[in-house]
Order: sequence, then C-alpha cells, then structure tokens
Amino acid sequence: MRRLLAAALLSLAAWPALGQLSIEITGAGGQRIPVAIAPFAGEGALPVGTAGVAGMGITAILRADLERSGLFRALEVPPLVPPPTESSNVNYAEWKSRLADALVLGSVAVRADGRYEVRFRLYDVVKQAPIGGVAYTISRDQLRATAHRIADYVYEKLSGEKGVFSTKIAYVVKRGTRFELQVADADGANEQAMLVSYEPIISPAWSPSGKRIAYVSFQNKKPIVYVQDVEVPKQNVVANFKGSNSAPAWAPDGSRLAVALSRDGNSQIYLISPDGSNPRRLSNSGGIDTEPNFSPDGLWLYFTSDRGGSPQIYRMPAVGGEAQRITFEGSYNVSPRVSPDGKSLAYIMRNGGKFQAALLDLSTRQVQVLTDSELDESPSFAPNGRQILLATVINGRGVLSAVSSDGRVKQRLTLSAGDVREPAWGPLVQ
Amino acid sequence: MRFLCTVLVVSLLAACAAPQTTDGQPPAAVEDRGGKPGASGVQAKPITSVDLTGRPVAGALKDPNSILSKRSVFYEFDKYDVKDEYKPLIEAHATYLRENGATRMLIQGNTDERGSREYNIALGQRRSESVKRMLMLLGGREDQIEAVSLGEEKPRAAGTSEDAWTQNRRSDMLYPGEY
Repeated sequence: MRRLLAAALLSLAAWPALGQLSIEITGAGGQRIPVAIAPFAGEGALPVGTAGVAGMGITAILRADLERSGLFRALEVPPLVPPPTESSNVNYAEWKSRLADALVLGSVAVRADGRYEVRFRLYDVVKQAPIGGVAYTISRDQLRATAHRIADYVYEKLSGEKGVFSTKIAYVVKRGTRFELQVADADGANEQAMLVSYEPIISPAWSPSGKRIAYVSFQNKKPIVYVQDVEVPKQNVVANFKGSNSAPAWAPDGSRLAVALSRDGNSQIYLISPDGSNPRRLSNSGGIDTEPNFSPDGLWLYFTSDRGGSPQIYRMPAVGGEAQRITFEGSYNVSPRVSPDGKSLAYIMRNGGKFQAALLDLSTRQVQVLTDSELDESPSFAPNGRQILLATVINGRGVLSAVSSDGRVKQRLTLSAGDVREPAWGPLVQ
Repeated sequence: MRFLCTVLVVSLLAACAAPQTTDGQPPAAVEDRGGKPGASGVQAKPITSVDLTGRPVAGALKDPNSILSKRSVFYEFDKYDVKDEYKPLIEAHATYLRENGATRMLIQGNTDERGSREYNIALGQRRSESVKRMLMLLGGREDQIEAVSLGEEKPRAAGTSEDAWTQNRRSDMLYPGEY
C-alpha cells in the first residue's frame, strides 16, 4: 500500500474553499488513491455548522483535506444504516467492491459535560487489516482542528510523510490603501489579522516554534524589522538601525535571526537576537547581500548577492566566511529557500522577461522550472516539503498559488477582494 | 592654529544652525565670544536640534524656478549609478545642506515592481546610498543625511507600463516635513 501511494505521490496539502481564501485546483495529478470516508456516526445529530465554517462537519473537512491534497480521491459514501463506527465489524469485501483502497470509520458524541468525543479508525482494505485509530475528547471549538488532525493521521499512515493540514499560513493582503498581515489555517479558513497598517508590510517569517512571526513594516517611513507573538498584539522592534532593515529569517533553533541591514552602507547580512541585541555583521561584499535563508541544519546561509554583477544565489557558513556561488544559469536568480530536507533550493528566476519559480537539486545541480507564470515571488515550502506556496499575479491581481515540488499539481488561492502576497507557510505543530 | 580654525568653523556652523524665518533667510547671526566650557583640548561639536515639528518646507526648496524644488533622480533598470544629467541637481542640494547645517535630509530609494521585493529593497538602498555619497562628497554631512529604501512598495506611478516603471526607478531627496 505504501509503495503504491508513494508511486502516486503528487504531494499537496488541502485547500478547501471554506474561508476568505477560495481555492481552485488548476493542474491535476496522475493516479490518486481511493479512500472511502463513511459519514461519522452521530455527526448528523450535531447542530448545523458545528465545525465552525460553512456548515461543514468533521467528515466533510476530512474529505476536503484529503481530496485537495492531490494524493487521494475521496469516494462518495452514502449514509449507511446503521451508520458504521470505529468499533463496527468491517466487511472488507463490500468496501473493496466500492473500489476503496483505504477506509475511515468514525463517530462523534456529545458527553454529559458538553465536551465532544471523536473517534476514528483507518483500515487497509487491500490487506484487510486495521491500520490504527485515535480517540479525542475536545471542546466544541476544536472540532475543525480535530478534523485536520485526523487528515494528518490518514495522510501520514498512507503516504509515510507528515501531513500539513493542521499547519498555518501567513500572508499580506492589500485592500485599497490598507495592508493586513493575516494568519489563517492551511486551508484558508479562520483568517485573522495580526497587524493592520496604511504602510506596506512585507516578508513575514514564522519562528520555528510557530509562536512568533518576524516581518518588515514601513510604518515609520522606512523598513524596520519587528517580531510579534501570534497571540499578543504587540510589536517588538528587532532591527531599527540607520538605513533599511529587512529580510528576516529565523535560525532553525529560533535563537537568532539573519537580517539584511544597510547601517554600514549597502545592504549586508547580519545575525541578531530576536530581542534586537547583539547584531553581528556576517557578509562583507561591496554590493548587495540580502534575502538570507538558513539551511535546516543551521550550518549554511543561502542569500542573494549582486557581487558577480547580476543578482545570483550564494551560500556561506552561518558563522560567516567565504561565499560560494550556487546559481549560474540566467542573469537574475533571487529569493532562495532551502527545502525542509535540505536537498533542494526553491528560488525565483527571470526567464525571458518572466519571473518563475524554479527548483534546484543541490546534489545534481539540475534546475526545474516549476510554473508558467509571469510574476512569481516569495516561494515558501510546506513543512513536509511536498508543496511550495508562491505569490503571483493573475489579471493584474495578486494571488497565492501552490505548486507541488515536482511541478505537476497547481492550485490557486484568491481573495474575493484585494491583493494577496508574501506567503509564509508555518511549521508543523505538535 | 588648527584649533583656532576648528573653533571658527564650529561657530560658523552654529550660526548656520540658527532657525530660519519663513522667507528662507537666516536671521542675522549673533557672534558668541564666550567660548564653551571644557572647550580647551576637546573639539567642540555643534549642537543641532532634533526637529520633529515637520514644518512645511519653504523658500527656495518650494520655488518652482529654483533647481532645489526638484528632488528626484531616475535610473535605468537594475542600475543605481547617478546619470550625469542629475549632477547639477545633487550639487545644488549639497550646497543647500552645507549652508543650512541644521537641516536634515531623507533619501528614499525606489524601484519598479519587477523582481523580488527584498532584492528591490536592497537595490533601492543602493540608489539612495549613491545619492548620499555624492551629496557628502560635495559638502553634506553624514549626520545630516539618512539613505533608506522603499523598494517597490510605494510606487509613484501605478500600472505595469514601461512609463510607470521609469517613474518608479527613483531616489527622492526629502526635507523635514516632506516625508
């Protein structure tokens, strides 16, 4: 089963059209794994809209997550009488005749204290064996998150990789003259503004813990780097030196940020503590050094520099030292982001006047262009590395798009009004 | 002798630092012969006030017939060198800074919308730094001038035409009250 799934692995997280962001799959993958998800027993008795958004219950959210992952096909399962639960005897032959390779059965019940009990079990229909299951006791407002947890469980058991349905994304929305730094669930639901300003906001970056976001705000008429706790509406200045302060990137252990500062002239890379103490200059070029990004092992800093005459990607030891050039094809290669496994590098290349996302295999040096867009910016890996979130422009409007790291499956996320840009995919949460 | 010269220059600068009247003429300088406490052996520095009042700029800076009313330097795509045609403009502002020692200037570098936002911050910085360096060579003081970048974030011209992009590849020299 796992090999079968791995062969068809096209990656992808879920983007159900639930929240303010609506999601459209614009490029389909190949073979997808058929999964039957029976309506959770007892769900019909819950008040409509219990899971919080658009009246979708756990079953619907779970189906939408898996379906939009591009990896699975959620089979239509009519209501069954009596509704099967995680403790029912499974008639594998019947599910096989429904063409399911995997099956999810579950139940939802309200306890006397008002809390909810959600249980499910996952079955391998081909091997005719249960794979595993979980029981959760939760409050009503956790139903939606629980559906994502179940989707993560199913995704991981069937594909062997971590699911990212429970993660969050951050992005900037420009509505008229207003800029909003928004945080939402990975499926676009539960959008919440962390910062609203009449001056631009760019470059949000999640701390490795997922508790804080560093960003650049122009509220004081120039770029200044701030860190803000996701749950505390207070800005903390990290870098406000003479000149411009920008491009924050967290070290994998969260102890430091790499930033681009122009306090000594042109933009150069510095390390600084998240509280703004101990700034230390790392790069020493006569030109532009910016857009630092740590390798996941924390040993290297990838960055953009024009030291060779055109903007190209380089790397240097994270303690400072000599830089090596990484990109050679083309005259404009910017915005490096190392994949979570450290094996590849996503970046933006100018390709005959178009700005497109590309992926460089760091061992073979092979470059693959991932999109056919004209104005891609700001790539951001899903924490399982299976997908890359991008900002792009369609019909003059900023939208987010997601592309699988093999370039095969594409999705587009649009807002009903306003420009969306500067996406940042948050880390896996426990 | 050198010390005397320093004192002389310092007092001249101090005179220049006096507040301006609205017609742009500095009031008559008052010579101060009293000296400063502790001045002997230590180089005295002029005191310039932090001016947060943001008074509207007046005088030659606003006179459309004066070159000083022009503030913008434009660039080619992905370039930051100041073209010869802007040198008289920068010279005029350097002279103004030299003659108005208390005045400060913010230089904002801008880019067109193409490419990486962060790279464009750095490119806009290169543009504003190139203007700042030239102003300093011509007599502006480091502590008078801050060079920053707005990257592609605050375009003067909207749209995706070459004309809009040309207007947006720009450094602006701004005085207090103008930013």
